[in-house]
Amino acid sequence: MSGLSMREQAGETTADLLIEDPRVALVLAEISADQFRRAMHHDRSRAVNVGIMEQTMVGVAAGFAMEGFLPIVHTITPFLVERPLEQIKLDFGYQGLEGTFVSVGGSYEYTAEGFTHHSPGDVQAMLTVPGMQVLVPGSAAELDRLLRATYANGSATYIRPSTSSNAESRDVEVGRLEVVRRGGLATVIAVGPMLDRTLDAVDGMDVTTLYATSVSPFDAAGLAREVTERADVIAVTPFLEGTLAPAVTAALAHLRARFLWVGVPRNVLREYGTVEDHDRASGLDTAGIRAQIAAFLGM
Amino acid sequence: MKNSGIDFDEVRRLMAHATGDEKHDESSTSTLDALGVLYGRILRVDPTNPDWPERDRFILSKGHGPVAYYAILAHLGFFPASWLDDFMDLEGKLGSHPDRVLVPGVEASTGSLGHGLPISVGVALALRAKGLNEQRVCVLTGDAELNEGSNWEAILLAPTMHLDNLTLLVIDNHSSHLPMAPFDEKLRAFGWCASSVDGHDKDALEAALRERDAARPTAVIADIPEGEW
Repeated sequence: MSGLSMREQAGETTADLLIEDPRVALVLAEISADQFRRAMHHDRSRAVNVGIMEQTMVGVAAGFAMEGFLPIVHTITPFLVERPLEQIKLDFGYQGLEGTFVSVGGSYEYTAEGFTHHSPGDVQAMLTVPGMQVLVPGSAAELDRLLRATYANGSATYIRPSTSSNAESRDVEVGRLEVVRRGGLATVIAVGPMLDRTLDAVDGMDVTTLYATSVSPFDAAGLAREVTERADVIAVTPFLEGTLAPAVTAALAHLRARFLWVGVPRNVLREYGTVEDHDRASGLDTAGIRAQIAAFLGM
Repeated sequence: MKNSGIDFDEVRRLMAHATGDEKHDESSTSTLDALGVLYGRILRVDPTNPDWPERDRFILSKGHGPVAYYAILAHLGFFPASWLDDFMDLEGKLGSHPDRVLVPGVEASTGSLGHGLPISVGVALALRAKGLNEQRVCVLTGDAELNEGSNWEAILLAPTMHLDNLTLLVIDNHSSHLPMAPFDEKLRAFGWCASSVDGHDKDALEAALRERDAARPTAVIADIPEGEW
């Protein structure tokens, strides 16, 4: 373990890539200037801080991409995804450009800042962009691995770090579900940082647990291999509930199945407090996840 | 290479082949003289090699009314003139907003207003990062397009980045519902080198577009009097 947060790791990996690969560019909008300092200082012609202007941040990144660079773009989630979504859709998606969008502060992680800084719908929004890869690492090491694997793989990519991490990093790959354990009662898909608490939540339950960091491309074949008869399927996501529904239901369209989508509810969160407070209120702490799964399975 | 000139009569003849978007005739025709000057006298482009790395870049930010743009590109040989006959057709490559994936010579896919100028800032930065310091990026916006806030983000940013390789060409055909004038004064206040010229005066357009400040981006306001195209 590096001891770095995912946000810090994003800055370090970006700096490494910028130094190693002259095609890499970095576009910031003030946020995380400290974490990305090493990259900013290496080559200011390829690393720019545009100030607080997120539409232009994405447009500038597209300009770099049109000239053959591989831009990495970073700011707080709602200002990276939701405000400039049209720029991401058109400047990158429509134009078929390559670039990597790395957020910070998923869902309600900026609890004290309130709903203006929340963005549980980021993954769902990014999935509307044609060709967008969406990756949700569960640790800093996984973020490093996924960023290195995708920054130059021909697609636009969204990488969603979290403040909470799993204790163990895994050899994650784009487009692959990992079988963590097998059981007979149901199948639980845990996404990114939800894995550890999901494993705790299903302790004593005879369920298969799959680990997903790659939301798009989603490992439909891998899921179909694991779910063959008893098709009770549960997805536990750190983002908006139901976001995985299209991918999961399409993968299992040949089966009669029941689904439970455990994720961030579609509410305006007016409370402040801590992430743990919000997890508890949203049913995303261990007890909440266990209660939802047990009720779904009639336990 | 730089093109030797534009035959405007031929371009107008070609424009007549692209029908069906008459609601944007004014938008298209008001760009004709400026585009002709750009492609005939200013930009270094190679129709036989649209991706020539050392070309100048032109981005039609406003996207609307691209018929004059298409006709000039066809006239120069970027694609066959026959493509204009299929304008906006299912099988055609020329839509009412240009698509860089489909059309040789088109640098950016535009149509949603307020995208081209931020992209152009990125292209200008990228050219500088590649050491292509002689190359220029020229972006055309409409006056009403400059209602969009994203443009003013980029207008604020470009001088702070000392983008001397960036030229903003505003076709001011007074289509903005909101009062926007005086553009040149506003742009100078943001740190641009800005001037206004008669949008139909080709020599004045050429002189203004040739200007390149040592440290600042350049803006040229091409004024098209109200009621003229």
